[in-house]
Amino acid sequence: MTTVAEPAIEPNPASAIRRGAVSRIADRLGGGLVQVFLILIALFWLLPTLGLLVVSLRGETDNNSSGWWTLFTKPAQLTFENYSNLLASGFGASFWNTVLITVPATLLVIGIAAMAAYAFAWIEFPGRDTVFLVVIALLVVPVQIALIPIAKLYGLLGIFGSILGVVLFHVAFGLPFAIFLLRNFFAGIPRELLEAARMDGAPEWRIFVTVVFPLAKPAIASLGIFQFLWVWNDLLVALVFADTDNQPMTKALQSQMRQFGTNVDILAPGAFLSLLVPLVLFFAFQRYFVQGMLAGSVK
Amino acid sequence: MASIVLNSVDKIYAGGVKAVNGLNLEIKDGEFMVLVGPSGCGKSTALRMIAGLEDISGGEIVIGDRVVNHLPPKDRDIAMVFQNYALYPHMTVEENLAFGLKLRKMPKSEIQKRVNDAARMLGLEQYLKRKPAALSGGQRQRVAMGRAIVREPQAFLMDEPLSNLDAKLRVSMRASLNQMHERLGVTTVYVTHDQVEAMTLGDRVCVLRDGVLQQVDTPQNLFDNPVNLFVAGFMGSPAMNFAYAELVRDNGGASVAFAGYRLPVPDSTFAEKPGLDRYIGRKIILGIRPSDFEDSGSASGNGAGWARIPVRATVTEELGSEINVLFTIDAPPVEHKDTVAAANDGDDEETSLPLTGDKSLWTARVNARSHVRPGQEIELVVDTHNLHFFDVDSGLSIGHEANIGR
Repeated sequence: MTTVAEPAIEPNPASAIRRGAVSRIADRLGGGLVQVFLILIALFWLLPTLGLLVVSLRGETDNNSSGWWTLFTKPAQLTFENYSNLLASGFGASFWNTVLITVPATLLVIGIAAMAAYAFAWIEFPGRDTVFLVVIALLVVPVQIALIPIAKLYGLLGIFGSILGVVLFHVAFGLPFAIFLLRNFFAGIPRELLEAARMDGAPEWRIFVTVVFPLAKPAIASLGIFQFLWVWNDLLVALVFADTDNQPMTKALQSQMRQFGTNVDILAPGAFLSLLVPLVLFFAFQRYFVQGMLAGSVK
Repeated sequence: MASIVLNSVDKIYAGGVKAVNGLNLEIKDGEFMVLVGPSGCGKSTALRMIAGLEDISGGEIVIGDRVVNHLPPKDRDIAMVFQNYALYPHMTVEENLAFGLKLRKMPKSEIQKRVNDAARMLGLEQYLKRKPAALSGGQRQRVAMGRAIVREPQAFLMDEPLSNLDAKLRVSMRASLNQMHERLGVTTVYVTHDQVEAMTLGDRVCVLRDGVLQQVDTPQNLFDNPVNLFVAGFMGSPAMNFAYAELVRDNGGASVAFAGYRLPVPDSTFAEKPGLDRYIGRKIILGIRPSDFEDSGSASGNGAGWARIPVRATVTEELGSEINVLFTIDAPPVEHKDTVAAANDGDDEETSLPLTGDKSLWTARVNARSHVRPGQEIELVVDTHNLHFFDVDSGLSIGHEANIGR
């Protein structure tokens, strides 16, 4: 066996400082480049949405004769005519239907899932883990295979075509994921916190309402947004289960599609309206996504 | 306030693990009882059973004059302080303190009064509007205490409440806890793995091992008269020194021989430890506390009952007021299951040397005036009135009143 001499490492303070400075500049440059890159991507991603907004603010003839970006050189093209036409055509009713479907479908999922998740996480009962496993297994059931059996069932129950039917369908298919998400979050809450509440004399429902629920706000907010978006943007379930009287915006817009011609003056403002509400909601709740509610609880 | 009585309480977990085994313990009204033992000894389980957070597999628990076996925690009228404080993070300090009172439908003025009283007592007044995240570790710890105090319960249960604090804060909180108990006089059950905490806090200390009660007594009695090798090795820091030895009696009187040394055993020892004379001529395990040594040069250890042994210091640990002298003696280390168990789970990382051959490492605590240095020869004196003798097979302390007839 031969011995290999270790290369001698000579400390060189000057080079250390120089390397420090260089790498710091590189860091800053790199950070700046990354930011520019990210901003570019974000703009690129926003471009179609911006186009949609602009198209919705131009008249039909203008849209047919020139591209939407000409608005920036000819601001005179700006008009709210499309929006007033859209509302006059009864689009307001389908907007309202969307709200009537989405709000209960979101609240019900949160309420039921939170209680189920609490039980799965903190209450011991026989077969708990098996039942939870079955709930998880439901995650893989695709919506499509349930459409026909549930349509038949709704026919029997007499709720086919109604808003109630659409809501129930969304709730049923939203629950497995919601329970899965919340149970895992609840299980991460320190056990001592619930035990402290139990020692303080809180009954189970009180622990749920005053201790667990406030702590789970971030998880509940993100779940709420997910569920809201899924239901708000859904077309398939509405197409199958909603009557024309009860149709949400997505279905109303879809029925405006023509094989020939565009009637973009209806589609663009309609699509933009349907986009607005989720955006507002997201900005309203976004602080919950970044906030760590558990900070300071233990240790 | 109330007494707490455990009558042959068992806890068997699913899978057959027996965490607590036939525990009998009577905690008197107003007493500060410390449950101590290495991790996994069942002390926390015992506490949680008293709290009602853990089912009782067998036996009965009585608080005051009620059997509470099947009462939920809220009906037992006890308060608990958790190791990690378990404060409600979304509530202010004030709300944290008031939570348990609100649940009991107490009038607002009374809640306010109790919260303010507790806050004043614990020095938390200026933090009442803050959330736990904005408090330091010590302040959070005090809030956790406050949450128990405002309830004015029958008993406090504390599960290692100081173990998340840094060393200095722990010492001052220990003093505050003592004061608090003095002032409130509430029955307290305190769980810790730290034998120093147990010694300083407890009116009485209960040593547990593998779910079995070893000894319950005042800290001083535990220290002076440990019932077996485990308690002897667990209580006291540095730990007691052990060696296999032989008890002999000749014309000069009784003496104990080990590792080439010969220490006289005073006649009074035989009087105090009935049955010890039956071990004459037999092998025993000898135990000597480090504090029963002294440097012959600096101590007044020339009176009767002090024997001299010359040793060579291997390591010295200077603690300011005293010096721990570590030295090897020419005897195999005692590897009784009890001494091993006590040493392994101790809180302190004991200095262990790579032992050559079959020598064992002993510690003597001498006065700092000794100025002994590693490698130096030093003559130690031993207080032979405080020798401990243990049976080699059972590990029981010979002549201890609890062991007579066993």
